[in-house]
Amino acid sequence: MNFLSIFVLIPLLMLLGLWLARDQKSIRGVMVAGSTCLLILSAVLTVLFLQERAAGNTAEMLFTASFDWITPLHIKYSVGVDGISVAMLLLSSVIVFTGTFVSWYMNKEYFLWFTLLSAGVYGFFISIDMFTMFMFYEVALIPMYLLIGVWGTGPKEYAAMKLTLMLMGGSAFLMCGIFGIFYGAGGQTMDILDIAHQQNGAHLIDIAQQHIWFPLTFAGFGVLGALFPFHTWSPDGHASAPTAVSMLHAGVLMKLGGYGCFRIAMFLMPQGAQDLGWIFLVLTGISVVYGAFSACVQTDLKYINAYSSVSHCGLVLFGILMVNQVAATGAVLQMLSHGLTTALFFALIGMIYGRTHTRDIREMSGLMRIMPFLSVCYVIAGLANLGLPGFSGFIAEMTIFVGSFANADTFHRVLTIAACTSIVVTAVYILRLVGKILYGVSTNEEHLKLDDAHWEERFAVICLIGTIAALGSAPWWVSNMIDSGVAPVVEHITAFAANTNLNPFM
Amino acid sequence: MDYSQFLHMPEEASLLAVILILFLADLFMCKEPKDGETISQKPSAINVVAIGLLSIHTLINLLPCCNGCMQATEAFGGMYQHTPMMTVIKSVLNIGTLVVFLMANSWLRRPENIVKQGEFYLVTLFTLLGMYFMISSGHFLMFFIGLELASVPMAALVAYDKYRYESAEAGAKFILLALFSSALLVYGLSLIYGATGTLYYSSVGALFSGDTLLSVIGLTFFLSGMGFKISLVPFHLWTADTYQGAPTVVTAYLSVISKSSAAFVLFTVLVKAFAGDSLMAEWNTGLYWIIIASITLANIFAIQQQNLKRFMAFSAISQAGYIVLGIMGGTAQGMTSIVFYILVYMVANLGAFAVINVIEQNSGKIRIDDYDGLYETNPHLSFIMTLCLFSLAGIPPFAGMFSKFFIFMAAFNAGYHWLVLIALINTVLSLYYYLLIVKAMYIKKNEHPIAQFQSDGYTRAALVICTTGVVVLGIGGVFYNYIDTLSYGIDKMLGAL
Repeated sequence: MNFLSIFVLIPLLMLLGLWLARDQKSIRGVMVAGSTCLLILSAVLTVLFLQERAAGNTAEMLFTASFDWITPLHIKYSVGVDGISVAMLLLSSVIVFTGTFVSWYMNKEYFLWFTLLSAGVYGFFISIDMFTMFMFYEVALIPMYLLIGVWGTGPKEYAAMKLTLMLMGGSAFLMCGIFGIFYGAGGQTMDILDIAHQQNGAHLIDIAQQHIWFPLTFAGFGVLGALFPFHTWSPDGHASAPTAVSMLHAGVLMKLGGYGCFRIAMFLMPQGAQDLGWIFLVLTGISVVYGAFSACVQTDLKYINAYSSVSHCGLVLFGILMVNQVAATGAVLQMLSHGLTTALFFALIGMIYGRTHTRDIREMSGLMRIMPFLSVCYVIAGLANLGLPGFSGFIAEMTIFVGSFANADTFHRVLTIAACTSIVVTAVYILRLVGKILYGVSTNEEHLKLDDAHWEERFAVICLIGTIAALGSAPWWVSNMIDSGVAPVVEHITAFAANTNLNPFM
Repeated sequence: MDYSQFLHMPEEASLLAVILILFLADLFMCKEPKDGETISQKPSAINVVAIGLLSIHTLINLLPCCNGCMQATEAFGGMYQHTPMMTVIKSVLNIGTLVVFLMANSWLRRPENIVKQGEFYLVTLFTLLGMYFMISSGHFLMFFIGLELASVPMAALVAYDKYRYESAEAGAKFILLALFSSALLVYGLSLIYGATGTLYYSSVGALFSGDTLLSVIGLTFFLSGMGFKISLVPFHLWTADTYQGAPTVVTAYLSVISKSSAAFVLFTVLVKAFAGDSLMAEWNTGLYWIIIASITLANIFAIQQQNLKRFMAFSAISQAGYIVLGIMGGTAQGMTSIVFYILVYMVANLGAFAVINVIEQNSGKIRIDDYDGLYETNPHLSFIMTLCLFSLAGIPPFAGMFSKFFIFMAAFNAGYHWLVLIALINTVLSLYYYLLIVKAMYIKKNEHPIAQFQSDGYTRAALVICTTGVVVLGIGGVFYNYIDTLSYGIDKMLGAL
């Protein structure tokens, strides 16, 4: 038994513990104990991983293990991590840990589905077998339906159904893409590394086939990564979801999309990515700008943040589609950064909503005097989101734009400049929002009676801010780790993709 | 005559023994009514005998290695054929029938049914015997006898609640359409006989090399007859009414056991008797459109249903479409995925029907909006129903996702890429209507929800079997691996069969 599997085992044990738990105290006990274990485990994993790399181990994936599962179809349970997945596991653990404290008053069934969702997320990031990955991917999607449908707010039934069906529609395309990759590569292995390394100088998957399966796979994962025009589930879903679910979904689950696009679609079909990547590059460019402008005109706190997520997650796909080591490293940093800031945002919005019972920014003002702690944290979150130096967002966006501008042709440069405008627009909506709801004089008598954050809320928020600041002020340890993971993938893609100039803009 | 040939058919012999013992037991187990009691108030212990005997039968025939039939054999000059895979599919049907018997108990204990408890078990087992012969047939005549033995008693089962006019009506509809489709099928067989002069699968297969008019018409009639049994579009018109009118237990039996056996037989007959290249292209084309029609139309109709049994009827039609997907190309991989799909579909569908049945027996409610707020009053039943529906929709980690993945993979490998994509898009549609029920149970509020009740021990046993199956079958890869070692297709026929 490989120790990576413990990442899935702990959530399963937590499920068992929750099932047996009888009162609120033991439910909280199980959740706190389990999520702390996961946090420690991912910290230990990071240390071990860095030690291995420092000791000169240059294997693409470390701590790999593989067990036969469904032999006739060559399906294995294979696990392994590289720099990208270690970073993602760390992110997931932080979000699950803080999410537990944010949903302090929720009941047992809520935590059951919440834990199942996190089991899927962890499983996805440790798998290197396409089938196992796909299975965990779907495990992570379906609990959202009940989490939003039962514990959500607003038009929750509509939002839950829309989100589930759109994401499952994406995974239908994805499944087709996986079959295409598997049989295109000879039908001998589902292991991502094996498929990639089998191509000795030639394309294992026929180029004509790559042109069919690359768009299917990329769009399949792209739905979860809020790729325009498949992003419409995201605002509705995030706005209706309960706080911790929004955190986990925007913070971690949307990263599954970007990770999958990079790890499966682009890594295994380099020529497809080279020839057709420009279509998706234009679409993500639209996501980035359109998301930012949409956020400007929203009046609901959660909708603002959801559109902001569309914009920032667009940057993730934007970075990886540049097929350039700096930009791709920036994209993974952006996954981390966006995951943390958006989780912080959603946590704060949930806490404010829990007190004021409204998320309409027109009905709130002067909150700074009423709840100073939450308001100060909200300002910090806003500044982190718009990319102030010292926070993680600055590092990530800077790296992406520097990397993508390094492409010498006009097409990529014009797109980069267009995407850069989103930074300005982000500043517009964040500052407008902060000014509107936090400063000024409170016009609502009821709001004057409200209290500030409780201890568990303060704890969760401080954890998140601490991580964001740590990432922003000392990014080198994590960016080196990510770089070591991104480098082989980008090298592989550039080595196998011949320039066929299918892009009409070049 | 060489009587030792009967030893080649242990499953049929043992099932026949069960039927005979049960028949005698039913005669003598009727208790004498005391003064002032009518016979109908005295439940006999026949249910224990039936369930016990069927369990023994299931256990001794469980796997080909248990009853010494690892070899493919034949008897009666090739009329009866037997491969290890057939033992597997028969065991699957056995387990399904056992679950049906377990869930039937609460329904059979109703006052109007007590007096005819024994008949239910006997008639059901006779249809099962018919399916056995159908599966093991090596000759179209044998196949037809099995088919009739499986259909005619089924009409009696459908009309079992004779005091309810819907049940009687459903029985009449079923028998009329069953006979009509049998007539079509027999006409097709006569054309095949006319074209080849033989009815043995192997000889027909050898003689049917080109697609002459006779062979294509024969094939068409054969496909429509089987399409009726599997309830594929456009032969599905009886399904919704019959499923709605029949007693819920019988609906469960019809939708799983009867359908699955017919799908398996369709596979074996197509790859044996119609394996010629040009003829294979014909039935692949036919099935291609039948599958698209079945999956899509059934999904669209299922969305609009309010009665759960009608809803399950349309869901079963679309599931049948997925099962038939494994037949495309007639490969060994297809056979493995079909048998695995049948196994998984059986536990999931029977689990859902067990919940529907127990709720119907306890509260008489059968509409989807009656299920609003069920989670508040009966959390365990709602939970099991959710697991089963998720499995039917293909959500991991439940078994349904595995079986769907494998059957799509088989069809994809056979070269039907677009068909797989269409089927995959349809799974999203089906997820929508399965989620409607989950939504009713968990999310919607109801002022008068179904009252809390304790389900009986037999139903619980059935639910435990189904839930275990739904959870274990997929994650435990051994099941698929084992089935795969026994499967065969056009490319890999076992021995001479």
